[in-house]
Amino acid sequence: MKIYLYILVMAVTTYLIRMLPLTVFRKKIKSRFLTSFLFYVPSACLAAMTFPAILGSTSSVISAAAGLVTALFFAFREKSLVVVAASGCAAVFAAELLLRWLPPAL
Amino acid sequence: MKYKDYLTGMRLSLPVFIGYFAVSFGFGALAVTKGVSVLQSTLISLTNLTSAGQFAGLSVIAAAAPLLEMVLTQLVINSRYALMSLALGQRMGDRIGLLPRFLIAFHNTDEIFALAMKHDRPLTVPFMMGLGILPMIGWTGGTLLGAAAGTFLPEIVRTSLSVALYGMFIAILVPQAKKSKPILCSVLTASALACAFRWLPGLREVSEGMAIVICAVAASLLCALLFPIGEERGEDASGEAGEEGQAVSLPDNGGTPGGGSERRENGRQTPDRENVPAAADRPSDRKGAAAP
Repeated sequence: MKIYLYILVMAVTTYLIRMLPLTVFRKKIKSRFLTSFLFYVPSACLAAMTFPAILGSTSSVISAAAGLVTALFFAFREKSLVVVAASGCAAVFAAELLLRWLPPAL
Repeated sequence: MKYKDYLTGMRLSLPVFIGYFAVSFGFGALAVTKGVSVLQSTLISLTNLTSAGQFAGLSVIAAAAPLLEMVLTQLVINSRYALMSLALGQRMGDRIGLLPRFLIAFHNTDEIFALAMKHDRPLTVPFMMGLGILPMIGWTGGTLLGAAAGTFLPEIVRTSLSVALYGMFIAILVPQAKKSKPILCSVLTASALACAFRWLPGLREVSEGMAIVICAVAASLLCALLFPIGEERGEDASGEAGEEGQAVSLPDNGGTPGGGSERRENGRQTPDRENVPAAADRPSDRKGAAAP
């Protein structure tokens, strides 16, 4: 049951962030420092959430690393979001299959 | 007339719908592996409509962390929406009253914001509502199907799908980091700090949600001190809202080689644009479209 409380808190917080500047606080941010800070937050958040967390997201660091390197490769070539995400998944899938079959042979 | 605006909004958001559907499928599949039910994960997507925030929220739920941690993670991760709403509000001007704004705010995601900002006609309420409806359906429906599929897919497929969201984040970050040294700095700093929070004794005990908050705030502070934005961006001429849009709309900014410049071309109506078939325009939108 507590999970619904989490969902409620999450939804209300997110909504307020979007709603207040559109309805109540409509002034432009004047502080250059604050603007700069807020400019870097999204990329910093995504980075902190992605690495190194991705390494622990599969059943082995090896398959996770395969997914990471593949996704980085396609992202570096500026492929679309869906292509990058799908290639990462495919690489993890292939690596997980290999890991299941290979260890006895090694 | 109003009906037409609504349909225009829907048509423009179709690529976003497709992108959201694909990515939220991954979110749904991941959520059920963390002990969140199909109904609950669908409810999360329906009420939040945001990728990174939901993703972090999931780990807060899984860790049964204090509710305050939920508030903090969402505040930090979703702070970009405040900037977008601010810019969108200025773009809407007085034409759109207070009441519709409460509704429009709900679906102000990165991609919908980008579409609204590059629309070259005055924004109307029907247009804004039309813009939001399909992405909302796509994001919620994809989550529902992903969560449902996640309950019966073989484990190896679930494991593979669990990196989909990371892949998406990488697809957003890398092109931006390639173009901008300060962004690269924020990415590397935040990741290095996250490594410390994952492996160093003491720091290791900090919960995942708080670690994200601390890493993101510290890295952003550092970069704001080292590389304050402003004069060197020199885009004030193209409109304040445009600059803010670029600053905060991650996927649109870095999704494709043409992603960042597309909007500007849109405003100027460059001859190039007329040579590009309309169909070619849309997939490039879709590239930037998947992270609400």
